[in-house]
Amino acid sequence: MTITGIAAIGAGIAVVGAGYGIGKIGGSAMDAMARQPEIQGKIQTSALILAAFVEAVALFGVVASIIS
Amino acid sequence: MDLITPGLGLVFWTVITFLFLLIILKKYAWKPILGAVGDREDGIKKALASAENARKEMENLHADNERILKEARAEREALLKEARDIKVKLIDDAKSEAENQANKIIEQAQAAIESEKKAAMAELKNHVAELSIDIAEKVVRAELSSKDKQVQLVESMLGEAKLN
Amino acid sequence: MTLSTFKNVFFSALFLTISFVGYAQEASGDDNDSKFDAKEMIMHHVKDAHEFHIFDWNGKPVTISLPVILWTDQGLVTFMSSEFHHDDSGTQIVEKDGLRFVKYHEKVYQLDAGTQELVFDAEHHPTNATLPFDVSITRNVFMMWVSVIALLLIFISTAKVYKKSNDKVPTGIAGFIEPLIIFVRDDIARPMIGDKKYKKYMPYLLTIFFFIWINNIFGLIPFLNSANVSGNIAFTVTLAAFTLIITSVSGNKNYWKHIFWMPGVPVPMKIFLMPIEIIGMFVKPISLTIRLFANITAGHIIILSLMSLIFIFETFAIAPVSVGFSLFILIIEIVVTAIQAYIFTILSALYIGMATEEEH
Repeated sequence: MTITGIAAIGAGIAVVGAGYGIGKIGGSAMDAMARQPEIQGKIQTSALILAAFVEAVALFGVVASIIS
Repeated sequence: MDLITPGLGLVFWTVITFLFLLIILKKYAWKPILGAVGDREDGIKKALASAENARKEMENLHADNERILKEARAEREALLKEARDIKVKLIDDAKSEAENQANKIIEQAQAAIESEKKAAMAELKNHVAELSIDIAEKVVRAELSSKDKQVQLVESMLGEAKLN
Repeated sequence: MTLSTFKNVFFSALFLTISFVGYAQEASGDDNDSKFDAKEMIMHHVKDAHEFHIFDWNGKPVTISLPVILWTDQGLVTFMSSEFHHDDSGTQIVEKDGLRFVKYHEKVYQLDAGTQELVFDAEHHPTNATLPFDVSITRNVFMMWVSVIALLLIFISTAKVYKKSNDKVPTGIAGFIEPLIIFVRDDIARPMIGDKKYKKYMPYLLTIFFFIWINNIFGLIPFLNSANVSGNIAFTVTLAAFTLIITSVSGNKNYWKHIFWMPGVPVPMKIFLMPIEIIGMFVKPISLTIRLFANITAGHIIILSLMSLIFIFETFAIAPVSVGFSLFILIIEIVVTAIQAYIFTILSALYIGMATEEEH
């Protein structure tokens, strides 16, 4: 397998992790919103920010695999 | 790799462009817009506050009105009551005055009658006394005109007056 | 109309505007355009270029020529990019002020004195040329300026609305812009920085939000999107650097104490945490950079890849699938333009808020 192939697999693994993380954030945010619809806006904001953090980690992985 | 190497030329132009944009927009857009929005929000806040104040004032005024009305009603009530009292008192006064007057008149009349009666009685008594004295004189004169009779009387009197 | 002409017009008109001429010349030996290199085409699109390519017509590129500005060891050299005659393979030599320049893979090289043509080593790196400091008005710079003009027009005319009306009622364009500004103020700046200090940072946050957003949107509009401004790492790294500078400058004693000498933990822990916190200080803007760059570039790459399917399979039959999928992705991208601008701004505000937070 070439180095690019391995890099692509690395990027894929990073994406799986991020997908799981963002999925969890989304699910929990939905739960919280269903429980307390009155603070929906706040939950949405925090969920977006947290998703951004998780996404950043995955993007680091993708970029690292691009560099290699 | 090329994709994630920042080109210095673009960095240079981005810095210049962004600073230019920031300065121009800050001066000509953000300041007036944020100022206007802030002013309007302050205005709305003030308007709301003044509306609230006006509402409170209205409430106060309303309460005042109510109070004044109540007072006026009470006053009227009091005035009426007073008038009624005065009326009653006047009538009562008049009544008692009249009664007093009447009583006095009656008393006076009675007193006058009494005194008249007494005077009349006294006069009558005097007359009766004089008459009786006159009569007695005449009787005595007639009785004691003869010696026999005088002795008879003394006798009877002595007989009556037993010495005991 | 052959498939190849259609390809040129289609890509140019819809999405990209890369010059196929370079390949045509390179591949002119093997007679054709049947060889379609999707990766090359996509990379060409998402990177910067020295001319603003509008579309190809019958194999002739229609471009806006942009100035090339180079800072060489002999001073500033400027010429129009049209002097390269759309060449990107390093064969067309431009002679200016006694210096010779060639363009190879969108990089302008200065040929060493005495050499006549570019010589490559085994890995296709030029060996006899140097890279002068290139401050050309590239297509990204050009598009950035277009977006700046658009922003100035939009916001100055918005400001005028308020100046004109005495009662400050938002009418016309202000009715559309004002909710966005209030959104930035009430949903980004206020909760993240705090009611007391947010005013100072409002101009920065508003500018960064609308600057990123409009460039993201321009990246989706046909013809305008030949430039991929907010998907270029140089652009995002610069904006993130601004956030880092503002965060560091406005950082109070409390903030620096948390970085260098974390209060409330034992001394060995303090020493252990210091490098982590220092790395964290730089990772924040780096993550901002990469997030925006990767999101926007990924969107462009996906749409281009889907469109490339038509030319990879060389049939119109796949077109409905390609168009359908890329329409779907485009709709998602419209949401992403706003979300990425929002995320960049809210995270900048969050970092500024962390730096200015009072001790509690």
